[in-house]
Amino acid sequence: MTGRRANKQAGLLLDEPVIFERSRPGRRGFALPGGGEDPAAFLPADLLREPIDGFPEVSEPEVLRHFIRLSQWNLGTATTFYPLGSCTMKYNPVVNEAVARLNGFAGLHPLAPDEDAQGALQLIWELEQMLAEISGMDAVSLQPAAGAQGELTGMKMIRAYHVEHGRARSKVLIPASAHGTNPASAALCGYSTVQVEGNRIGLTEAAAVQRAMDDDVAALMITNPNTLGLFEREIMQVADAVHARGGLVYLDGANLNALMGVAKPAHMGADVLQFNLHKTFSTPHGGGGPGAGPVGVRESLAAYLPTPRLVRAGEQLRWSDDCPRSIGRVRSFYGNFGMLVRAFAYILALGGDGLMQATAMAVLSANYIRRRLEGAYHLAYPGVCMHECVFSDKGFDTVGVKTLDIAKRLLDHGFYAPTIYFPLVVPGAIMIEPTETESKETLDEFIEAMLDIAQEARETPDVVRNAPTQTPVGRLDEARAARHPVLRWMPGTKS
Amino acid sequence: MRFLPHTDADIRSLLRAVGVAEVADLFTEIPAELRARAAVRLPPGASEPEVRGRLERLAGRNAAAAQPCFAGAGAYPHFVPAVVDQILQRAEFYSAYTPYQPEVSQGTLQAIFEFQSLVAMLLGMEVANASMYDGASAMAEAVLMAWRINAKRPRVLLSRALHPQYREVVRTYTTGAGAIELVEIPVAADGRTDAERLAAQLTDQVAAVVVGHPNFFGIVEDLEHIGTLAHARGALLVTATSEPIALGLLKPPGSYGADIAVAEGQSLGIPMSYGGPGVGLFATRTSYVRMMPGRLVGEAVDGAGRRGYVLTLATREQHIRREKATSNICTNHGLMALAVTVYLSTVGKAGLRELAVANTANAHRVAGRLTASGRWCLPFSAPFFNEFVLHGTHAAAAWETARSRGVLAGVPLRRWYPELADGLLVCATETHDAAAVDRLVEALE
Repeated sequence: MTGRRANKQAGLLLDEPVIFERSRPGRRGFALPGGGEDPAAFLPADLLREPIDGFPEVSEPEVLRHFIRLSQWNLGTATTFYPLGSCTMKYNPVVNEAVARLNGFAGLHPLAPDEDAQGALQLIWELEQMLAEISGMDAVSLQPAAGAQGELTGMKMIRAYHVEHGRARSKVLIPASAHGTNPASAALCGYSTVQVEGNRIGLTEAAAVQRAMDDDVAALMITNPNTLGLFEREIMQVADAVHARGGLVYLDGANLNALMGVAKPAHMGADVLQFNLHKTFSTPHGGGGPGAGPVGVRESLAAYLPTPRLVRAGEQLRWSDDCPRSIGRVRSFYGNFGMLVRAFAYILALGGDGLMQATAMAVLSANYIRRRLEGAYHLAYPGVCMHECVFSDKGFDTVGVKTLDIAKRLLDHGFYAPTIYFPLVVPGAIMIEPTETESKETLDEFIEAMLDIAQEARETPDVVRNAPTQTPVGRLDEARAARHPVLRWMPGTKS
Repeated sequence: MRFLPHTDADIRSLLRAVGVAEVADLFTEIPAELRARAAVRLPPGASEPEVRGRLERLAGRNAAAAQPCFAGAGAYPHFVPAVVDQILQRAEFYSAYTPYQPEVSQGTLQAIFEFQSLVAMLLGMEVANASMYDGASAMAEAVLMAWRINAKRPRVLLSRALHPQYREVVRTYTTGAGAIELVEIPVAADGRTDAERLAAQLTDQVAAVVVGHPNFFGIVEDLEHIGTLAHARGALLVTATSEPIALGLLKPPGSYGADIAVAEGQSLGIPMSYGGPGVGLFATRTSYVRMMPGRLVGEAVDGAGRRGYVLTLATREQHIRREKATSNICTNHGLMALAVTVYLSTVGKAGLRELAVANTANAHRVAGRLTASGRWCLPFSAPFFNEFVLHGTHAAAAWETARSRGVLAGVPLRRWYPELADGLLVCATETHDAAAVDRLVEALE
């Protein structure tokens, strides 16, 4: 008996066991033509295993139904508003899914001769130039697989630069509001991190950076707009302070969606930045990847970009491994090409004006939410925001309602939750990023839900504390899951 | 702009609510000199038919995608059942993000739990994570993890028969990351890692030994022997697999005592897509799980006793531990992990083995046909899976001729192995029917 009948669940809340529990000996979902060869004719028998114990034995219709049911337990941007701050959950254009699947792209082997892959190379070439234009940087590599790998690549380049100029240096300055990937990426390059505190209005001051700077600082890693959704007004003076002591500026491009047509990272003084194609350039987040994290650099750092580099030789484009000062490769082949196709299609679709309009609407939408909610929720830093705004649960402590409760209650209202408890500098943070692809009506519905929850928190706090109740499962015991981790299904487990 | 819903009236209404006259008023904090130079000078936007037309023309200029492809070397042409892409196109999956809110992300979480289970079984290991970017970066992370586990030992031995790009990525990741010295172990005459040279290098300074399974030449290493050698000196055994279909037939890394096993998952339901996105598989022993990079999904229960899944053991990760995290990896390749999960569920227990057998048989058949004329030979004698090195003094010219005849006749090895300058790495899978094989044989004549 399946879990569904056993639990007596019905209607649309379909319970679905793990695929292994649907297995029945002898059932199959795939067959090859021919077959029947004896592997021992080709390989010594002592190298061979038996068919894998526990592997699924299910028919194709069962596979389809299983995963369709799982999909229905998910919220995505295609289902509902997904105001996950710092993640830029904008609409993923469907045409991008179609073009990435064209056989000329999807069926192309990465070691095909350059002459027979000119379409792919042309796309990569043009996308590099588009990103250079958007950011003002001089050179771009599309190789890194994700934003965090872009950061790692950038920091490796900064290290290589310093090594070539005498010594690697030992420290990296990072504002307190930074993403956790920043210090982790710096540490992977052997750097210790020094935190720079923001001022009372959430900004990094040039004077503070200047005080922290010395000849051992390799770089400052800074996000602009920062994770509070605020533009770092002193960014140019900050960069000057870093450069004055021979340091470099790593600009985390996670929030580039706030900058197109507004300010270019190169002009701010950035020496290196990464682009998160899955944020600004609409490639799907995929339930957690694949992303793509190209890096852009100033001319003085171009020689350190990952190998190989795309070069033009007459009419043809080709890959060049002749990059003696490069940091080397950060992954196999050339990057998450399928995601590059999608980002390229997105930039073509919007064009320069459309990208600038996207930023404008993203910022306008965030400010609309800020204005309409600032009476009901504590705004961490007052004033105009960029593409996202950060509230907190301050003031709800008297009724015993926390940020987590507010987030969970939003699920009952049919919305995904904002990013919570980040940035760390705001206790109980609620970070809302609407993006430019939500209509005013959707924003209003979300705002109404947030206002309702604020009222519920004061009048019927248990409703908020016990949320969610309208989801396939309720709050899960994460502490117990971590204390007694069950990380896989084991063969022999009974259904 | 068709992705932006705001009408002029909406914009006016939003501006009024915000209390500014125009959008530009929201940017007054930004220095004027930045704003003045910020215009994005790209062509105007394009309609869907225009975008599609442009992309179709570019795709059409990739002639290689339409030709028989006998290249492997880390990216393999395999058949993908239609059900896999049907699921991948579910926007509930692809338009979600990392499952921070488990109550409305059970689809992603359960699929990852199933993925972790499948990967652990495939690799014969105790525990697998929620995926890495690709096989190469997974191998680099495995080296760093082994070095953390064997903290006082500075040296890592890398077989020269590992994928050259994987070795390059290890070099990039370890440069500056700490006092890690990489030592390359040469290839023996039979195509396997030279066990004698390996034994000679194995001292108590060695944190880990890394070998391919199968190796870059498609050859099955003597993992039994290498594992015994490594463990006798307290080094960890790390294996890297770029063709995981092989593990439908070959004994898995875990059965040889591998401490960390990584793989590229592209062969398992993901198109080659010019090299990405693929997905990194990463597995280890339960005792090392807290040293592991990447996300992990675990089983949990809710207040009503219902089974569910959550991200767990997050205290290893960057968003909690920051500079002390086990890696800087944030998200993984979730959607590609889903592809692997659907693929392995569909192909299943019997199908995976049959696929692996078909690949072996086809590669051996192709090798036999190519060497029959005497113009080509197989320089390596050790057993191989679905790819092999083909040697002939005319290799470079023959490969070019095949190319002009519209056949990708493997990958020339000269760029990575000067000692194999006359070698081609040729791969054959279940996708190569008799007609394609005939074309290869004719093209290489």
